[in-house]
Amino acid sequence: MFNTQEVLETIDMIEREHLDIRTITMGISLLPCIRGTAKETARLVYDTICQKAENIVKVATDLSREYGIPIVNKRVSVTPASLICAPFSKDSAVIGKALDDAAKTVGVDFLGGYTALVHKGMADYERDFIESIPEVLASTERLCSSVNVGSSKSGINMDSVALMGETVLRTARLTAAQDGYGCAKLVVFCNAVEDNPFMAGAFHGVGESGTVINVGVSGPGVVEAAVRAAGTDKNLGEIAEVVKRTSFKITRAGQLIAREAAKRLNAEFGIVDLSLAPTPERGDSVAAILETFGLESVGTHGTTACLAMLNDAVKKGGIMASSKVGGLSGAFIPLSEDIGMIEAAERGSINMDKLEAMTSVCSVGLDMIAIPGDTPASTISAIIADEAAIGMINNKTTAVRVIPVPGKGVGDEVNFGGLLGRAPIIPVHNESSAVFISRGGLIPAPVHSNKN
Amino acid sequence: MRAVVTVVGKDKTGIIAKVSTFLAERGVNIVDISQTIMDEYFAMIMLVDLSCASIALSVLADECETMGKGIGMSIHVQHEEIFNAMHSV
Repeated sequence: MFNTQEVLETIDMIEREHLDIRTITMGISLLPCIRGTAKETARLVYDTICQKAENIVKVATDLSREYGIPIVNKRVSVTPASLICAPFSKDSAVIGKALDDAAKTVGVDFLGGYTALVHKGMADYERDFIESIPEVLASTERLCSSVNVGSSKSGINMDSVALMGETVLRTARLTAAQDGYGCAKLVVFCNAVEDNPFMAGAFHGVGESGTVINVGVSGPGVVEAAVRAAGTDKNLGEIAEVVKRTSFKITRAGQLIAREAAKRLNAEFGIVDLSLAPTPERGDSVAAILETFGLESVGTHGTTACLAMLNDAVKKGGIMASSKVGGLSGAFIPLSEDIGMIEAAERGSINMDKLEAMTSVCSVGLDMIAIPGDTPASTISAIIADEAAIGMINNKTTAVRVIPVPGKGVGDEVNFGGLLGRAPIIPVHNESSAVFISRGGLIPAPVHSNKN
Repeated sequence: MRAVVTVVGKDKTGIIAKVSTFLAERGVNIVDISQTIMDEYFAMIMLVDLSCASIALSVLADECETMGKGIGMSIHVQHEEIFNAMHSV
């Protein structure tokens, strides 16, 4: 028989502390769909997704009811579309529309994989593809895009970094009526992972199997409650243990759901990604965990140290709990999606430079940050270059998802609603980085990447 | 297949009778029961077997939730595996 305390603890986690399965993401390989024309390929892409992901929403709903744990999002990730579009790169947008249509038909809220991997070089077909991103994001609803511009092994492709600065800006302008919302669906990566279930950066790597189920578990509220319950007299080593134990439990729930979902959907069980992914709801904040460690406000001195410890403890608990931990697994620090971060930005206690420092120890990067609409493309590229450098040197994934909000500046606020939240626009440095960006070329891979 | 039924709420007369009758009517067999009162709050945990049940677990979960609301209790029905997974190595 079960221990009463344990059963009630689980129910408390779900009812009061927002424990949930954040996403069940089905990864689908589209490589068998490539044909000579956009039209033929688009038809096969649409049919393949509709057939493989037909039951994803139903299975997730059933699992949620049977296990009594909410499954918030159902998603699909696909092979980087630049590969699918290579034979007809000028018509890449046709595939973008087919992907979006398929997402609507199967009922998933986002589909990721309008992606290009250009971390070392950029072929002509990849340039065509990247140039299609702004129009595609502006004309589709559920499609997410990502571009990998660097890796620890290859260095940073500064030509693609320069192009992405312009791409982000153009995406913002084309979706100006929605405050640059298109940029919320566009991530620029260094060391992108091939099995990440979280949006907007999910895609299905070419090294993956045909159809895979990856599950993202979240639970900042659960971790915060556990740290709070531990009291203020515990030292940091003891707090790290509390975090570790809590993430173990969360990950185990994710692993159970992932295995069962994979079985029912006739797919392989891929990975469990234990990421503390906040939502704008109170009690679901990563910033609040850091403050519970003993900071008056996230962003103040000590934040980076607290985040480093949190990120590591989360990983350790997760690795022990699941046979296959992957994705990003750690703590996310999106600004607009975390009530604690939003309030810190409003108070002025967090800024771009502190956020950048935090990304060197968190699991991803500069995420969902609204910046002034008149920020030059070269400055956005330089922000991307800084992030990519942190990722490249530290052998970790970093990302940039900034929104240069058209017509708005520092002091204004932008509200995307729902899980994407709201954000005050924060300042970027005004001094130009244009000459640096215009140089192009490759920042060579660090010496420690030469391991062979 | 086995599930865990959790009943939590303010203590009053006849909770066990109501819940167990409700389960019996649906062919759900109670395997084990533990019940405590914590600060006036009633907390009961039942391990039940659904192999002879007339309805699916997901339907039972919905029905129990609705029934619970009717008597002012919060009732959850969850596959036992979620607890095994989270609390045992």
